[in-house]
Amino acid sequence: MAAEREPPPLGDARQPDLEELEDGEDLFTSTVSTLESSPSSPEPASLPAEDISTNSNGPKPAEIILEDDREDLFAEATEEVSLDSPEREPILSPEPTPAITPVTPTTLVAPRMESKSIAAPVIFDRSREEIEEEANGDVFDIEINVSDPEKVGDGMNAYMAYRVTTKTALPMFNKNEFSVKRRFSDFLGLHSKLATKYMHVGYIVPPAPEKSIVGMTKVKVGKEDSSSTEFVEKRRAALERYLQRTVKHPTLLQDPDLRQFLESSELPRAVNTQALSGAGILRMVNKAADAVNKMTIKMNESDAWFEEKQQQFENLDQQLRKLHASVEALVCHRKELSANTAAFAKSAAMLGNSEDHTALSRALSQLAEVEEKIDQLHQEQAFADFYMFSELLGDYIRLIAAVKGVFDHRMKCWQKWQDAQVTLQKKREAEAKLQLANKPDKLQQAKDEIKEWETKVQQGERDFEQISKTIRKEVGRFERERVRDFKTVIVKYLESLVQTQQQLIKYWEAFLPEAKAIA
Amino acid sequence: AEACASPGMQEGLDDGPDFLSEEDRGLRAINVDLQTDAALQVDISDALSERDKVKFTVHTKSSLPNFKQNEFSVVRQHEEFIWLHDSFVENEDYAGYIIPPAPPRPDFDASREKLQKLGEGEGSMTKEEFTKMKQELEAEYLAIFKKTVAMHEVFLCRVAAHPILRKDLNFHVFLEYNQDLSVRGKNKKEKLEDFFKNMVKSADGVIVSGVKDVDDFFEHERTFLVEYHNRVKDASAKSDKMTRSHKNVADDYNRIGSSLYTLGTQDSTEIFQLYCHIPLFYFSQQKIEARVSADEDLKLSDLLKYYLRESQAAKDLLYRRSRSLVDYENANKALDKARAKNKDVLQAETTQQLCCQKFEKISESAKQELIDFKTRRVAAFRKNLVELAELELKHAKVTGIYFCFHFRQLLFHRIIEVGLEGTL
Repeated sequence: MAAEREPPPLGDARQPDLEELEDGEDLFTSTVSTLESSPSSPEPASLPAEDISTNSNGPKPAEIILEDDREDLFAEATEEVSLDSPEREPILSPEPTPAITPVTPTTLVAPRMESKSIAAPVIFDRSREEIEEEANGDVFDIEINVSDPEKVGDGMNAYMAYRVTTKTALPMFNKNEFSVKRRFSDFLGLHSKLATKYMHVGYIVPPAPEKSIVGMTKVKVGKEDSSSTEFVEKRRAALERYLQRTVKHPTLLQDPDLRQFLESSELPRAVNTQALSGAGILRMVNKAADAVNKMTIKMNESDAWFEEKQQQFENLDQQLRKLHASVEALVCHRKELSANTAAFAKSAAMLGNSEDHTALSRALSQLAEVEEKIDQLHQEQAFADFYMFSELLGDYIRLIAAVKGVFDHRMKCWQKWQDAQVTLQKKREAEAKLQLANKPDKLQQAKDEIKEWETKVQQGERDFEQISKTIRKEVGRFERERVRDFKTVIVKYLESLVQTQQQLIKYWEAFLPEAKAIA
Repeated sequence: AEACASPGMQEGLDDGPDFLSEEDRGLRAINVDLQTDAALQVDISDALSERDKVKFTVHTKSSLPNFKQNEFSVVRQHEEFIWLHDSFVENEDYAGYIIPPAPPRPDFDASREKLQKLGEGEGSMTKEEFTKMKQELEAEYLAIFKKTVAMHEVFLCRVAAHPILRKDLNFHVFLEYNQDLSVRGKNKKEKLEDFFKNMVKSADGVIVSGVKDVDDFFEHERTFLVEYHNRVKDASAKSDKMTRSHKNVADDYNRIGSSLYTLGTQDSTEIFQLYCHIPLFYFSQQKIEARVSADEDLKLSDLLKYYLRESQAAKDLLYRRSRSLVDYENANKALDKARAKNKDVLQAETTQQLCCQKFEKISESAKQELIDFKTRRVAAFRKNLVELAELELKHAKVTGIYFCFHFRQLLFHRIIEVGLEGTL
């Protein structure tokens, strides 16, 4: 009678690539078994790196992976991976350059992931310690946590207090573990002090998190919704990152103000950090003046390195901003996707309810459940997208502003030196004139002034050289830090992506038999 | 067969992929269950997209004596399909059948607009970006094109598979007459008339559905269809939204990947370059993931939309049956009145008998049609859901393996090779 008819599926150009993956399941399990059985060999597999650069836009993953000797490729890859710590040493030792321990907890390596949680702080600590051991002997046994945001007070005078906990074995501190309560303006005050002391001699002082009048007002007013909770959490994490960056700096770590911030139970309130205070306005005026000055200083750059670096940082700044905007868009769209998936799940459940064929009805309800779970995944992924990626980019955009600031200080330093030279020249000319005019008492004064300015010129030159030297070191440090930070975050981020994939597989695997059971 | 879709830009898609691939064809054949029916086979062998219309080449293979040849083709446009559909609907003899829903009008406006906008904004983006976006939009256009062809084909195949409708004279004319059928689209007046007709129908529908049906089967079907229709509508709309979101996410990944690539190539730090490549891979893969999901959502949407139309057609059938029941009841009342007055009794008897026959005929075929509808629906959903799960699973696995593999490869190979000593 009436034929079975349904809208034909759109031909999917990608399908042929995936047909080879009929035994995809086997690939996964075979990976696991190779991992468990292969002994770790010290030789890293020399595998071609060609695929990276050529396939920047939409590589066909199936083509890359599904080769006849894929089993061997996996085996080679797994040789580099350590499952248990005893096997780690052989990987590290043969390398002349200190090899970095693969920052892979065992939970990542085994494709079957039971628990969802990655021990994030553990990764960070382990990598930081080991890496810092290898790089320039910068070992700082100090760990900072910012936690327990607590609302203090009511109304517009309310504020959030955060607990700052320090764990350290460094002798400069009185205790090994201690904690204090600090509010946001305290952090700003700390930064302000450090910046005043160190920026003008070339040290890159990590910037504090940004103020947010809107965000804080909501919290003050007592809006207990998810957006203000998010805001507080975002701020807490940002403050923690700020302190961690600051204590990593060898010079700043020695600073007494920093120590006081971490240790003292009572801290004088930093009032000059308020945006609309007198000091705040003065800051804005100074910034404007600086900007004008910058435009008029035409520095005779004798050192190509500085010119090059400045250009690089300009480019980096632009690129990071663009990337940051894209990541923020991703976070937003992911949230939308999550909402739409949830809505569809509900709709599918309703459809399942009204469907009068039992097996189909059940399958539709199952589909609804799968979609609900996937929605949950999307939410978690959005969280990861945001906290891992977007915030890091934001931090670096601000850091680069600090770097640019330091370069500007060097320019000012140069200007000062030049001005001193000009003044010295003027003084010498004045002295020469006095000599001709034969005024002995004024002559002595002139000679003294010349001496004074000669000293100033020498000092100016020394300062300039010093700041140049410091900046070179600082930029080197910054670049290393940047690589480390990005590597850590990207590793974490990729782990989150892998986890999401694992979960997706589980969910669809559970659903498939239900769909097939429709009779 | 080659498809020629000219979206209006310099290079058309004449050299594009053969969209009516063997794969597609094979799938369709399986769906239709017509494989062994040599009596009448219909398909759309080719299609051409012009400025504002699509020309479908309808190809027929038949062993029936009704046709002059065994195999022949004609060119038809969308309006002619609608004419055919409407002729079925208006034919009283077919009141007891589910009329296969008419294919939706081909709508390339949105896609064309996007392509045009892209053309206008060509100066503001890099050559790579432009080429990539153009390719994507062209692929989108092609997908819409494929879909509209498929929808038109499904309609014809359903008619050809129906034991009664396939014998329809208009259908044969549609298939065979190789001139233009001269069925112009409806003008404003006719569209307005249609609108009022539908309004009356729905008003009627309310009245008629108030009457509880004696027959349990139909009572159940009516309740079921009304609810089902609404829920399918909702589900298809929500699925569409999911598709859009997936596409947005895919585009974001794409952009992020490009940004990272630029970052990597501009950065002096060799190591940083390397690290940019790792996320690059992942974002490319994520983009593919999201696109696949969008495609799957779309297929689900399409299925739901199709069953939205089919369930509407089923509702229409129920309506026609109810109408004929009302006519039957009215005829009964008229007969009683005539007998009471003893006037025009014979006429009233004849009318009553005709109404009775009509009602019974419709009821009988309607029952079978509705049972078949359910069978079709269940099979179609099963196929789609199984496919959905299989494809999502496959892709999740590919992505997962890809991630794991490359993750280990790139990370460890790169790190050990280069070290973190710094490049200064």
